[in-house]
Amino acid sequence: MSPVEGASPRRKPSRAPRTPMPERDPVARAQDFSEVSLGYSEEQARAEADRCLQCAKPTCIDGCPVNIDIKSFIGRIIEGEYAQGVAVIKERNALPAVCGRVCPQEEQCEASCVLARKGEPVAIGRLERFLGDLDLACDLEERCRPAVGEDSGFRVAVVGSGPAGLACAGELRRYGHAVTVFESLHAPGGVLSYGIPEFRLPKSIVASEIEMLTVMGVTIQTDAVIGATYTLDELLTEQGFDAVFIGNGAGLPLFLGIPGENLNGVYSANEFLTRVNLMRAYEFPRADTPVWRGRKVAVVGGGNVAMDAARTAKRLGAEEVFLVYRRTEAEMPARREEVHHAREEGIEFMMLCSPQEIVGHDGWVTGMVATRMELGEPDESGRRAPVCVVGSEFTIDCDTVIVALGTRANPLLAKATPDLELTRRGYIVADEDGATSKPGVFAGGDIVTGSATVILAMGAGKRAARAIDRWLRDRE
Amino acid sequence: MRSGNAASILFGTPENFSEGRLDMFPIVHKRQLSEAVFEMGVEAPAVARKAKAGQFFMLRVAEGGERIPLTFSDWSAEEGWIRFIFMRVGKTTHQLSHLEAGDALADVVGPLGVPTHTEGLGRVAVVGGGVGAAVAYPVARAMAESGAQVTVILGARNADLIILEDEFRALPLRELIVVTDDGSAGEKGLVTAPLKRLCEAGEIDASMAMGPAIMMKFCAATTREFDVPCTVSLNPIMVDGTGMCGACRVTVGGETKFGCVDGPDFDGHAVDFEELMSRQRVYTDLERESDAEYSKECSCHL
Repeated sequence: MSPVEGASPRRKPSRAPRTPMPERDPVARAQDFSEVSLGYSEEQARAEADRCLQCAKPTCIDGCPVNIDIKSFIGRIIEGEYAQGVAVIKERNALPAVCGRVCPQEEQCEASCVLARKGEPVAIGRLERFLGDLDLACDLEERCRPAVGEDSGFRVAVVGSGPAGLACAGELRRYGHAVTVFESLHAPGGVLSYGIPEFRLPKSIVASEIEMLTVMGVTIQTDAVIGATYTLDELLTEQGFDAVFIGNGAGLPLFLGIPGENLNGVYSANEFLTRVNLMRAYEFPRADTPVWRGRKVAVVGGGNVAMDAARTAKRLGAEEVFLVYRRTEAEMPARREEVHHAREEGIEFMMLCSPQEIVGHDGWVTGMVATRMELGEPDESGRRAPVCVVGSEFTIDCDTVIVALGTRANPLLAKATPDLELTRRGYIVADEDGATSKPGVFAGGDIVTGSATVILAMGAGKRAARAIDRWLRDRE
Repeated sequence: MRSGNAASILFGTPENFSEGRLDMFPIVHKRQLSEAVFEMGVEAPAVARKAKAGQFFMLRVAEGGERIPLTFSDWSAEEGWIRFIFMRVGKTTHQLSHLEAGDALADVVGPLGVPTHTEGLGRVAVVGGGVGAAVAYPVARAMAESGAQVTVILGARNADLIILEDEFRALPLRELIVVTDDGSAGEKGLVTAPLKRLCEAGEIDASMAMGPAIMMKFCAATTREFDVPCTVSLNPIMVDGTGMCGACRVTVGGETKFGCVDGPDFDGHAVDFEELMSRQRVYTDLERESDAEYSKECSCHL
């Protein structure tokens, strides 16, 4: 079912301001791992949907990396036809409750909304979440179940159960292919499980969205490292798969490369967040994995992962959490909403600071030496490059340092697959549709583009699924 | 490897400990080697098919459990099982020690890490200290099978803690030297004494040490004097074991390496052992707390 019509053309859109998202009190929420944003009530969702102009030529849809028919799903909310609204989203996006929470809508659909010109776009992301959550609140039998294609007789292996792999798997089922997703960890979800914290994306939401994919017939095999347990060639030969999609992410954490980085108390954001999210170290000793709970924590970086790490450290009981970034807040790649939430929770922003050395005593971190920076000429990224202020060294008193500088390509799969063409930096070379140098092998997400967003990875997974479908049928 | 309902995989809690799971890894063998040391065999055909000497796997006992790395002590590709040896030191190994053949593990993932270089070696000394003998066994076996002249030095605090002696004796070794701190078996002293003798006599071209970090440090120091290469198999703390977290970083020759994907074998002469030992102690207090809680709950009152 895919209604393309919007709401009645005779309706008069509401001119009320954008409906705020209900959120928990900053002081209370910084004590635990329960979700910060509470989601719209039905009343709030209706009020917000009512602001939508239902444009004759909607521009928002072009702003969505997976081209959800936004006008239509908002139209269904206006009419109170929620189940239909869910179906509209699910036509294009298998994980609405996830994307409604973590997509950077302000740069995508909402940036393209006609009302954005006046600074108050329709809160598309919050409405998507509203529908996604309504769907998840239903019993499994009642939930929106996207139609699965007639059995094609083909089998496709998907490497990695993060956003790219899940989107690809769901799409492949729609084309009627049998799909097995291989996950190296013990739980599926990739970054949705190990990276994004519970207070921003509850793991029960991730599990429920994945559950629907399994209902659609996707098989998930955890504890399988492709490149170790099986090679790509084994998947394509003895394991009987006709094609493979690689969506294993850009796994290896980057470090600063400064003295003292291997002192106890220095974490990569990946390790810190994996311990807390996937391994649930915040429940230690009820869960078995420990994490070092610092009193004074310095987080290095300015992206969403840095915000997640800082806010997680606060929730683990840190008295002070500093966010150390070498440019200014304006250049931070993190979402405004995340920056705002972090500030509200008492994270201290130390802008224009560049770490030079981590110092310690008896093997443990006691501080971080940094220099002050100032902004110089714009660099190749268009951002003004930070320049060191001579003689401005100072020491930040801290017992924990979390490095959130991004990731690089994990070489494990590539090493075991010599005929897979890589870029100079180890990412997989793939065309627009995800086709790699190896016949029948497609790739998408961070392992092709380097660190990006959940929704861009999902878009790449979906495009690759279409290309895989064409490739399989052409070969027939 | 296992497949199953995503929600049950993600929702697992320590309370529903392995209940109703059909996709676990059955324990097919268990043997107590000394008071706190156990050998265990697990059915894991996909892992067994690929295992090579020196590689490791990640294990999780049950939902809510830690992921810990363990090195293979043996495997059978044909029969589909892997074996490992562990010492009861914290909650996870304590829990593991209570399981028997017929029980099952939640997760076994691998094989991981770069296999030990065992081909085309001449005269080699393989040192296995304590539980490190478990790692040394398949390495010595692979080296001997590919034609190397292998001398194994097996060391432990006392005779009770010498493990796999019979298995080593069954290998075509040049010599097996047993050493104990108290002289209750073999020579009295440390493994470095026979290692030094072999170096002095010019009887080895290379060496490999597996065991506690402090032992590997001294093996490296001993061989360095004689310019005899010394490969060490490091055992840093890991979380995922596939390169994702960086918990296992070690400094080798002034450069940071990841134990899981770059190792576990490194040039012992270039490893910063002080840093490794310090990093191994990060969670000592928390681990004690966790094991104390567990000991209260379980019946063994250790």
